[in-house]
Amino acid sequence: MRKSRVPLLVTIAVMVFFYLPILGLVVNSFNSSRFAAKWQGFSFRWYERLAERDDIITALGTSLKIAVLSAIASMALGTAAAFALHRHRSRLQDAHRLLVTVPLVIPDILMGMSLLLLFIALGVDLSMSTITLAHITFCMSYVTLVVLARLEGFDFTLLEAARDLGASRFQTFTKVALPLLAPGILAGGLLAFTLSIDDYVVTFFVKGPGADTLPTLVYSMIKKSRDLPVINALSSLMLVVTFAAVALSHRLLRRQVEN
Amino acid sequence: MKRTREWLDSAPSFLWLTAFVLVPLVMIFAIAFKPAAHGGEVGTGWSLDAVRALLDPSYLVLLWRTVWVSATVTVLCLVLALPVAYAMVRMGPAWRARMLLLVIVPFWTNFVIRVFAWQQILHAQGWLAEALRATWLLGENDRLLGGPFAVILVSIYTYLPFAILPLFAAAEKFDFGLLDAARDLGARAMTAFTSVFLPGIRQGLITAFIVIFIPMLGSYVVPDMVGGADSQMIGNKIAQRNFSDRNLPQAAALSAALTLLVMAPMALKRKRREA
Repeated sequence: MRKSRVPLLVTIAVMVFFYLPILGLVVNSFNSSRFAAKWQGFSFRWYERLAERDDIITALGTSLKIAVLSAIASMALGTAAAFALHRHRSRLQDAHRLLVTVPLVIPDILMGMSLLLLFIALGVDLSMSTITLAHITFCMSYVTLVVLARLEGFDFTLLEAARDLGASRFQTFTKVALPLLAPGILAGGLLAFTLSIDDYVVTFFVKGPGADTLPTLVYSMIKKSRDLPVINALSSLMLVVTFAAVALSHRLLRRQVEN
Repeated sequence: MKRTREWLDSAPSFLWLTAFVLVPLVMIFAIAFKPAAHGGEVGTGWSLDAVRALLDPSYLVLLWRTVWVSATVTVLCLVLALPVAYAMVRMGPAWRARMLLLVIVPFWTNFVIRVFAWQQILHAQGWLAEALRATWLLGENDRLLGGPFAVILVSIYTYLPFAILPLFAAAEKFDFGLLDAARDLGARAMTAFTSVFLPGIRQGLITAFIVIFIPMLGSYVVPDMVGGADSQMIGNKIAQRNFSDRNLPQAAALSAALTLLVMAPMALKRKRREA
């Protein structure tokens, strides 16, 4: 059978399509010209300008705080949900599973809009707390999925053995179940952290005028189309961090597999 | 006893999701039937104004555009992702892992930044527009930015990994001996592909369709950043009614319409699973 070259050619084209825009950003962040189309020589001026922006540092801090809180809370809630879904079969769990699935399938804008209506009806001031509540809500569904997948291959007789040997329920959970499930829970938490850091739409709806996260600040910088080259510099730095994180987690995963 | 245990196990997540998912979604439908008050408040009593306003023909145009743009993006993503998934499965394990990483990395890059990168590329003074104009592929007054073309292109960029991954997962489980068998039995390459390979990875195709088409229906960022007034989608109208016009019931009515629109393909999936 003659092998077609089409799939390979399309794949190469798709990879170029994926990486060319990203490469363009990085190149332009070193362009001393304000306008992307003209190359006026290599320069660090946009990075210097970036270092002067206190609002970006503040927004980064807000983003990190929200992401850490959301990751921790959604690890707890998601793990609890996964345990309940795995252990029990009933009408209640059917409803539970449906509730877990909804945030995964509805568009972000519905999530943001519905939570905004809730907060307004309750008379809650929009702030960092409302953003965090919203992020926990969509993050916990992802954590539930990841932990649930881990539970599929989990040996529950180990828990019974611990109980038979005299461990209390609490001890069984903290000393046996948690350590065994930790990699799955942490993977879920890491996913939650990334989703929270990346979110724009839900945050935009529930943030109110005060607290800006990094994505909402970048968005308004783009909209005002001032300092566009500064965004190039910021994006390039974020790309470096992303690539480093990906490479690191890749290496960690591989080591885990080899052990 | 068993029942109490189950309740204790489920309570934290169940109550959280009820409070922050179920109740808010129900509120969308409730507030759609409320009157609007000045200053962005929700009025007291009940009113059909917001729901009746949905019958305006301009909303029908918006609805139709939302559906056709979403469908176009979904189909083009599937068409592009199929050969990529196929090629990846046919590679050796080392390259397969490398390719998987290459597909995943771009969508770990911040979403807003990826759209911003395209905004610069498609800009009227950008290198792409200059190049196309030099080759007369683009008229002197034509623009790349600000129309449905830009929205579709950039949406494909953001959603293509979501098509490649489930198709790759399905193709990995496919028995390629079946393709050879079809060829041996006299099927042409194309016939074998459409009548053996495609049905074989059906589950992957359905998943890819759902994870692209549904979020596309709720698109907001991409049309806002690279589209113009003539490429707005429902999501943009919801944000506009909400933040510029300060008309919460109208925003809620549009959101309710979007919710119903989103549920249609999901109902389709359920039916298929039962069949």
